[in-house]
Amino acid sequence: MKYIDEFRDGGLARKLAVAIAAEARPGRRYNLMEFCGGHTHAISRYGIAGLLPSNVNMIHGPGCPVCVLPIGRIDNAIELASRPGLILCTYADTMRVPASKGLSMLKAKANGADIRMIYSSADAVRIAREHPDRDVVFFAIGFETTTPPTAVAIRDAAVAGLSNFSVFCNHVLTPAAIGSILESKEVRELGTVPLDGFVGPAHVSTVIGSQPYEYFAEEYRKPVVIAGFEPLDVMQAILMLVRQVNDGRAEVENEFTRAVTRDGNAKAKALVAEVFELRRSFEWRGLGEVPYSALRIKEKYRGFDAEVRYGIEYRSVPDNKACECGAILRGVKKPADCKVFGTVCTPENPIGSCMVSSEGACAAHYTYGRFKDAAVVAATAR
Amino acid sequence: MSNVRPDYVRPVDFRHGRVDMTHGSGGRAMAQLVDELFLAAFDNEWLRQGNDQARFAPPPGRMVIATDSHVVSPLFFPGGDIGCLSVHGTINDVAMSGATPLYLAASFILEEGFPLADLKRIVDSMAAASRDAGVPVVTGDTKVVERGKGDGVFITTTGVGVVADGIDISGDRARPGDAILVSGTMGDHGVAIMSLRENLEFETTIASDTAALHGLVAAMVAAVPDIHCLRDPTRGGLATTLNELARQSGCGMVIRERDIPVEPQVNAACEFLGLDPLYVANEGKLVAICAAADATRLLAAMRAHPHGKDATIMGEVIADPHHFVQMNTSFGGRRIVDWLTGEQLPRIC
Repeated sequence: MKYIDEFRDGGLARKLAVAIAAEARPGRRYNLMEFCGGHTHAISRYGIAGLLPSNVNMIHGPGCPVCVLPIGRIDNAIELASRPGLILCTYADTMRVPASKGLSMLKAKANGADIRMIYSSADAVRIAREHPDRDVVFFAIGFETTTPPTAVAIRDAAVAGLSNFSVFCNHVLTPAAIGSILESKEVRELGTVPLDGFVGPAHVSTVIGSQPYEYFAEEYRKPVVIAGFEPLDVMQAILMLVRQVNDGRAEVENEFTRAVTRDGNAKAKALVAEVFELRRSFEWRGLGEVPYSALRIKEKYRGFDAEVRYGIEYRSVPDNKACECGAILRGVKKPADCKVFGTVCTPENPIGSCMVSSEGACAAHYTYGRFKDAAVVAATAR
Repeated sequence: MSNVRPDYVRPVDFRHGRVDMTHGSGGRAMAQLVDELFLAAFDNEWLRQGNDQARFAPPPGRMVIATDSHVVSPLFFPGGDIGCLSVHGTINDVAMSGATPLYLAASFILEEGFPLADLKRIVDSMAAASRDAGVPVVTGDTKVVERGKGDGVFITTTGVGVVADGIDISGDRARPGDAILVSGTMGDHGVAIMSLRENLEFETTIASDTAALHGLVAAMVAAVPDIHCLRDPTRGGLATTLNELARQSGCGMVIRERDIPVEPQVNAACEFLGLDPLYVANEGKLVAICAAADATRLLAAMRAHPHGKDATIMGEVIADPHHFVQMNTSFGGRRIVDWLTGEQLPRIC
């Protein structure tokens, strides 16, 4: 496939693997966090970890929108969907996330709630238009990539005067999450998560640009390389990070120049600024309450804010005690460190959110990489 | 004086008519629909007898029976419709034992209000598929449910066939060292269906691969009587079929991504929909497992048949207590090809 296969070329991958191995100095470790679930997925799906030298270690970050959504927010969505006559529109990924009382949106749907899986925020607006007699709520989640389409949906609904449409906004911000990880005690004090650099988001950065990461490079002395989601992008970014670490540099470099600029997409940013404003605080799964890390709908578009319209009250719900999603999202633990990984918690019956989305660290490892754990077990058994 | 003939019955209106509750009531309307639609289309000696069952003499060999329900949405799609799909699906299930399919039974659940014109199109397509395959529909049933309690039409078909003694094709016979073959491109049916789905409509020239594979199977069995496993990778695609076979046989598998044929258009559609072609359904392809020594001969037999012209040898069976299906990626890494989680696309067959 043109423009895709070029970025998945096995020959180039082997050359990059050789280059990374040559650059990585024996005797030191390179702990690199890929922030984005898209990168986590690519690393697992293409078997990239197997192409890296043993001292280059990838840590899966919290950049999977479904994974960081706290249980309380899913509970809110299910409560909304259970209102008589209401249609809740959602991206399919959220359907299987476990909520309180053994529920999930999938189970709520089976119990009779009218929950529709959609591919685009525009579908939610269309459904509202087709059902003028019913309330239609769009359950909006995601990082900066999915925020502009939600803004478009709200603006379109406003222009069309769609009074039956509203948005339950759960959009979150990437830089705030990176800051929270760098400020976490594991990274700053305990040193349990040695972090030498970040593979920066691809799609998020097409919107916000590379500029917001400069703060982390300067303030925390952590190199950031923004990378595309294709496997060669990821390997190239890893090579660039290894070189920065070797040189003692901490810069923002852009591997994904075919789509990302320093300033990002001005139009998208303006649209988001018109419709949304910062929340004072927002709970993330794994990171807890993070100040100024999420968006809410501005006063001007209050009529489209489902939280206002339905008086949604947020209640924080603790994770299942056995679930290590929190520690995994902070990079403190790996999926295989979790006691319930692959036993009680599987993609079919997820306990934690990391096992739900294909971008989640646990689901990616379970689906693509767990044969390596088995090999380790087999080798130690011998 | 009336000039209406005394025995005149107004024919079923296949242009503007719709299914109503009387078509399933057992009364005259149902009898008329059976005569003018089903009997006319499937016409054969068994149906003409007008019994509730068909009788035939058991042929030598072992009998094989399989059944399959079809609920695909939309009912008509590029390359086929629910009618021919319901014939091919069951013929293939019978054929994957190495058997010759002989007879089909068909059961229709119709929704009140369903256009008779669409029903006729579907039944005609079934009849054509059954004639082409040489497997007659010898008995059937029709029920009607109230509007809102079905989705147009659901079709269940059951097939019987016969397999010669000495042929032992079964999902539990894969052994370490065996070769894994696939008969052609993966994912065509699923992508053809997807291209018509509400919210997803995209333009593609990909058509469903729906086809009856008993001819291909007969050619394969003639070339290599000791085929170990055969299965058609329908729902859940190739990945699911390989995992089923690995579990049934208690072994693992290693497959090569570069040897699995996928149409560029299917790859492209999967790319932008976030799907993996290995999990997308096929309706006219099969996976075969045989001893490594037989693989080249089997491949040649497959490639000589129109339904197997793109066949490849794409992997091998290994010993693995975890029953993992691993894949060497074209990129150079190795990963698991796991069971499908959840559903990639509902109601594709």
